[in-house]
Amino acid sequence: MSTLIRRLMRHGGARFGATVTLVFAIAAVLAPWVAPHDPEAMALGANLRGPSWSHPFGTDSLGRDVLSRTIWGARISLTIGFVSVGLAMLGGVPLGALSAWIGGWTDRLLMRAVDVLVSFPTLLLAIVVITIFGPGLTHAMLAIGVAQVPLYARLTRAAVMRVRVQNFVEAARASGAGEWRIVLRHVLPNCLPPLLVQSTLLFATAILSAAYLGFLGLGAQPPTPEWGTMLAKARDFLRTAPHVSIFPGLTILVTVLGLNLLGDGLRDVLDPQTAG
Amino acid sequence: MLRLITSRLATGIPTLLAVSLGVFAIVRCIPGDPARLLAGDFATDQIVEELRGRWHLDDPLPVQYAAYLGGVLHGDLGRSITTSAPVLPELAERFARTLELAVAGIAVSALIGIAAGIASAVRRATVVDYLATALALTGISTPIFWSGLILILLFSVTLEWLPAGGSGTVRHLILPALSLGLFGAGVLARQTRSGLLDVLGQDFVRTARAKGLPERLVIVKHALKNALIPVVTVLGDQFGRLLGGAILTETVFSWPGMGRYLIEALSQRDYPAVQGAILVFAAAVVVVNLLVDLSYGALDPRVRAE
Repeated sequence: MSTLIRRLMRHGGARFGATVTLVFAIAAVLAPWVAPHDPEAMALGANLRGPSWSHPFGTDSLGRDVLSRTIWGARISLTIGFVSVGLAMLGGVPLGALSAWIGGWTDRLLMRAVDVLVSFPTLLLAIVVITIFGPGLTHAMLAIGVAQVPLYARLTRAAVMRVRVQNFVEAARASGAGEWRIVLRHVLPNCLPPLLVQSTLLFATAILSAAYLGFLGLGAQPPTPEWGTMLAKARDFLRTAPHVSIFPGLTILVTVLGLNLLGDGLRDVLDPQTAG
Repeated sequence: MLRLITSRLATGIPTLLAVSLGVFAIVRCIPGDPARLLAGDFATDQIVEELRGRWHLDDPLPVQYAAYLGGVLHGDLGRSITTSAPVLPELAERFARTLELAVAGIAVSALIGIAAGIASAVRRATVVDYLATALALTGISTPIFWSGLILILLFSVTLEWLPAGGSGTVRHLILPALSLGLFGAGVLARQTRSGLLDVLGQDFVRTARAKGLPERLVIVKHALKNALIPVVTVLGDQFGRLLGGAILTETVFSWPGMGRYLIEALSQRDYPAVQGAILVFAAAVVVVNLLVDLSYGALDPRVRAE
């Protein structure tokens, strides 16, 4: 683990990405203590004020502090990332591993379905789930997780295919290990590097997708300080109070950029074969 | 080539059927009476019963699906709950607008992305490369709707050069196309760069250089042609993503396309319209992928030979 961190820290992009991600995570965890104001405290006399010392990101249309809402938004985005990616892994990893291990027709049929699903935009798949369950933050997380399942299935299958032909798997079989034991103890742990890389990148995608759903009115609902939901309202005041749009958007950009850089760096370090 | 076309169509048609089955399932998965959902909250009992008969909603699911599919194949996607107009004509018009936007978007992606990728690979490890790589990554990380808002702020509000919304003229198309295309440009730039770097290291490029060809010719005639094959796949893939992104861009720029139609229908719980829009979106993605597969065969003789 410490070698991995050392190698990551020598990678310029990953170093920047890790720093941004760390700041994002700290802001998310410590939101109640680091946010200067209550994110839902309205001050109708002080709405749409530009950046100042007391409100560095200004105030929104209801006079709420944009910085505090952005910090609380980090907490929501972090939750979205963990829940969606966790759900996607829970569905996709067993599916991909089984598909590779069973092979034959099951594998071909499953992967054909996965290919088709992967070709659909995540946003469209998420909208289908929202159509069934209705809008809201919980459903948005579920929708994004479901939309990412095929990606994990495909990736896990590829990784299992690569690992299963290696000598140590043969050795485990020769020493009498059962199939389940081989998959769980020997194959899957060796599939972790590409999965870790992908999870970092999909964490970023999940945050973006949740912001998209929020922006379209299908994700978190007001007054929840979710970044996309905040921007949906801010759009109405683009001419008079552009800061309400600029800061939350910039925060999404920097956070997603950081996660992407971290993911790219992890790939360079952990999985050089597939590195671009 | 004929064999490739038949084999791809043979997988494309079942895929389209699967898509129709998926879309058919959506309304049946929503809790409640499908007839009531398809008729709307304010429909009279008579209308609900009429719909129930027309879509065979009391029959077993396979019969219902057959009725639905038969309707779709005859161009009957049902009637919108909010306007009572048939869904298909409206969707056809909206689809044309979305296609216009997506084609303009993909043109922006290709122009900026491929150019940046080439510059990056040819000038590897120079300021140009670092700058192009950073810009590509920023493009990928920028929320599509936010780049739209910033473009409006810059070119409509501050400089007053271009309209902030609406459609009809080329001037209306520029900002939405830019906003939509920038995301794909980042993806394409990365793919072009890594593809070109791969090819530049191969023997035939060394031979071309060794026989004294000017560098420009080596890159344009020999390297680029080979490097662009995977780029075409990414381009096709991006086209599918652009259709998804269009949902956002259309909302930001009040563009009267299919994406906005879908979101408006969803907010009004207009399920026949939602169902129709999702079906057309999904079918468009499948068809685009089919075309990409075929173009792949046209570009690369090795694929045809498979």
